[in-house]
Amino acid sequence: MEVIKKVLVIGGGVAGIQAALDIADGGYQVILVEKTPSVGGHMAQYAEVFPTLDCPQCILTPKMVDVGQHSNITLLTYAELQKVSGEVGNFTVEILQKARKVNHKKCTGCGTCWQKCPEKVPSEYDAGIADRAAIYIPFAQAVPAKPVIDTEHCRYIKHLEFVEGETEGKRPPQCRICERLCPAEAIDWEQEAQTITEQVGAIVVATGFDLMPIKRLPEYAEDPDVIDGIQFERMLSPGGPNAGVVRRPSDGKIPGEVVFVSCAGSRDPEHGVPHCSRVCCMYLAKQAMLYKHAVHDSQAHIFYIDTRTTGKGYEEFLQRTMTEGTVYLRGKVSRIYRDGDKLKVMGVDTLSGKQVEVSADLVVLGMAMLPSVGAKDMAARLGIATDEQGFFTESHIKIDPLESTRPGIYLAGTAQGPKDIPDSVAQGSGAASKVLGLFARSEMTPEGLTVG
Amino acid sequence: MRLEISLGRLRNEFVAKITELSGQDINLCYQCGKCSAGCPMSFIMDLLPNQVIRSVQLGLAEDITSSRTPWLCASCLVCTVRCPKGIDIASVMEAVRQIALRRSEDFIDPAGLERDTVAELPPIALVCGFRKLTG
Amino acid sequence: MDLSYYPGCTLKTRALNFEDSAIAAMAVLGVNLIELPRWNCCGTVYSMTDDDLAHHIAPVRNLVRIAEQGSDRVVTLCSFCYNTLKRADLLMRNSPEKRNTINTFMDDEIDYDGQVEVVHLLEVLRDDVGWEAVARKVKTSLEGLKVAPYYGCTLTRPQEIAIDSVESPTVLQGLMQAVGTTVLDFPLATECCGSFEIVSDPDAVIERAYTILGMAQRKGADAIVVSCPLCAHNLGHKQAEIAGKYSDFTGMPIVYFTQLLALAVGVNPEVCRFDLNFGGVEALLRDRGLIPQRV
Repeated sequence: MEVIKKVLVIGGGVAGIQAALDIADGGYQVILVEKTPSVGGHMAQYAEVFPTLDCPQCILTPKMVDVGQHSNITLLTYAELQKVSGEVGNFTVEILQKARKVNHKKCTGCGTCWQKCPEKVPSEYDAGIADRAAIYIPFAQAVPAKPVIDTEHCRYIKHLEFVEGETEGKRPPQCRICERLCPAEAIDWEQEAQTITEQVGAIVVATGFDLMPIKRLPEYAEDPDVIDGIQFERMLSPGGPNAGVVRRPSDGKIPGEVVFVSCAGSRDPEHGVPHCSRVCCMYLAKQAMLYKHAVHDSQAHIFYIDTRTTGKGYEEFLQRTMTEGTVYLRGKVSRIYRDGDKLKVMGVDTLSGKQVEVSADLVVLGMAMLPSVGAKDMAARLGIATDEQGFFTESHIKIDPLESTRPGIYLAGTAQGPKDIPDSVAQGSGAASKVLGLFARSEMTPEGLTVG
Repeated sequence: MRLEISLGRLRNEFVAKITELSGQDINLCYQCGKCSAGCPMSFIMDLLPNQVIRSVQLGLAEDITSSRTPWLCASCLVCTVRCPKGIDIASVMEAVRQIALRRSEDFIDPAGLERDTVAELPPIALVCGFRKLTG
Repeated sequence: MDLSYYPGCTLKTRALNFEDSAIAAMAVLGVNLIELPRWNCCGTVYSMTDDDLAHHIAPVRNLVRIAEQGSDRVVTLCSFCYNTLKRADLLMRNSPEKRNTINTFMDDEIDYDGQVEVVHLLEVLRDDVGWEAVARKVKTSLEGLKVAPYYGCTLTRPQEIAIDSVESPTVLQGLMQAVGTTVLDFPLATECCGSFEIVSDPDAVIERAYTILGMAQRKGADAIVVSCPLCAHNLGHKQAEIAGKYSDFTGMPIVYFTQLLALAVGVNPEVCRFDLNFGGVEALLRDRGLIPQRV
């Protein structure tokens, strides 16, 4: 049986981007499928990345642009894998291209529509700390830099549904402002979702992670000033909604004291997940450092159980955070609650043997890393195994970390387990080399053994 | 003085008794301190709850029996419901109390309570207190 | 609806205001709390050591009596009784070996293996009566009264007997809203009051009480609503001493949820025995025109 020398990469985060670029550079066709309207993944949300404090826009954007322009890459954003059949060397995949309601051939990406759209929706990219329009690109450096209409929130779509449904109540406005103002006449209300069928020889799964929702730890208060790590990244980001000025959500005040809580949901088999999320120690150290740089005369406190700094340059970075004055308190936080203007953080410092209490203006929880929402469904569609948490299972945890449990399907990035950016990139390249190795063979025997 | 850690100390009778009475696997504890962080009575304890658990892990029987901590534990169970490893810390405290009470080492002497005190306390407080603090 | 009711020691002595208001209010709501003809002390606390079966006899004996009387459900008012009876019931359901030992020991009684469902009155109000039905029976809305709901420990811990969410219970909020009060967000709602340590270390309990009362005061509460006679005592009894020690504390009325319910559904305030409450409940309710001025 002939090997089809075309690969499907699922997920446009840094691991998927790396895998797609390496395979495309190797001379093979790549279809990169991303469920959101842009590639970039979580990395594009970060302020600066440890341990070098590079700006992710500077190091990631060129790769995103390459993916968008590479002659061997077909980029399908706002699309999802629906179905897989066949086997290694010859899979048939069905991909659902969701309706963008914007003709991307006509659209010039001028931005008039998303600037003028009157509907405001919490921005996924800004992790809910700022709004976006109903017609939008997720962020300024998005690839493609052309918008989609969020049909769940678009006023005109709601109007149409209202009229069709003959429902009672107030009729949503006709709106259509984007359509009226679009100089390219690119708005296409008739555009429907499409199923695209492709033949591929291999699949790389790089569907990434999501953070555990704060709600799962009710002892840490439902309060606007208790936020997760990604939300704080957006606050710190010079390109973020506050242009890098840290303001707490409740009242816009610049926080003078911030508490960071590591292992929020991680290493907690009773209430969260048993695993270590691997990156929280480092990104909380980085956030504490950046916060102290951003806010003069401020104090950062980090509650931790152990500091895990196993990457290159990481321990040195952590030491720098400590010497710059961030206080490390060894112990878990039991409870956070509001008392007037402050958040009371009830913790312990087991090193001094004291129960401690910090009055904070803002609390950042290093929430556990979970497989991206929908990973288990994806595993079922792909016919591959997951562990209890939903991370995709490797063929062998030690010596086959890139192979899934199904031949021809490879794993990359945090979809396989919590990891940092360098490891995700390395695994992306590793998965690519597996695919290139497979494509170097022209045929497969029924037993799956390849013939040169 | 330097503490000598030895097989004999780690596996002493006291540790075995606490494990038996509490039904808890003390080795599950990774010393995160969440029990101490949330304990409402920590402010008067000589050992924090996590230090009691640590002392059990290291077989420090005398440190535990001389501590007031188990007697100040109000059995409110905040430690138990928030422990990431599912250890019922309140039961460990009860086990420590029981070991003393079964040796007739009561923490309070009911006969020594002031008459006025007894008169003003509701029955629930007295029965509860006697159940927890006397054998 | 008739429900078997287990009172326990304190309801018959120091918490008459709890019991009388509960029975009267529930009657208005169409629920007759019928006191068990025979009951003994619940044991007050659940024995937590693995080999201590003797102390489970008291609660189990009560459960046996309830079963013997033909009831399959018993309601408690006191949070401690609820906790002890419920946990003893769970032990008898889930531990066959201990169940056998206990049943064998009490061989002149019928065997118990979980014939009785132990519920707290708040569960009955929420699950059997419902907030809407409570609201419909309200004659005097308690509008304007700002209350801090306080659960203490034994209604929501441990997890397996919790009548509501362990970390963020809402049942008191539901009830108090139904009778018209404004329910404050009260972060210390499930913090321990110091419990039985009042016997051995009253000073520590004063500190606990100050922490909880002070928070309620800062939140602007008119009163703290409780469901446990021990909480009521610990939070209420030493308020003068607390005010002497901490000048920012000025007093906080402590009231049972059943008393406010009774008042709202039109029970005669005299039945509610507000005179037995701590912290100035009578003065508060008079001030709000909810009970008559003293003649």
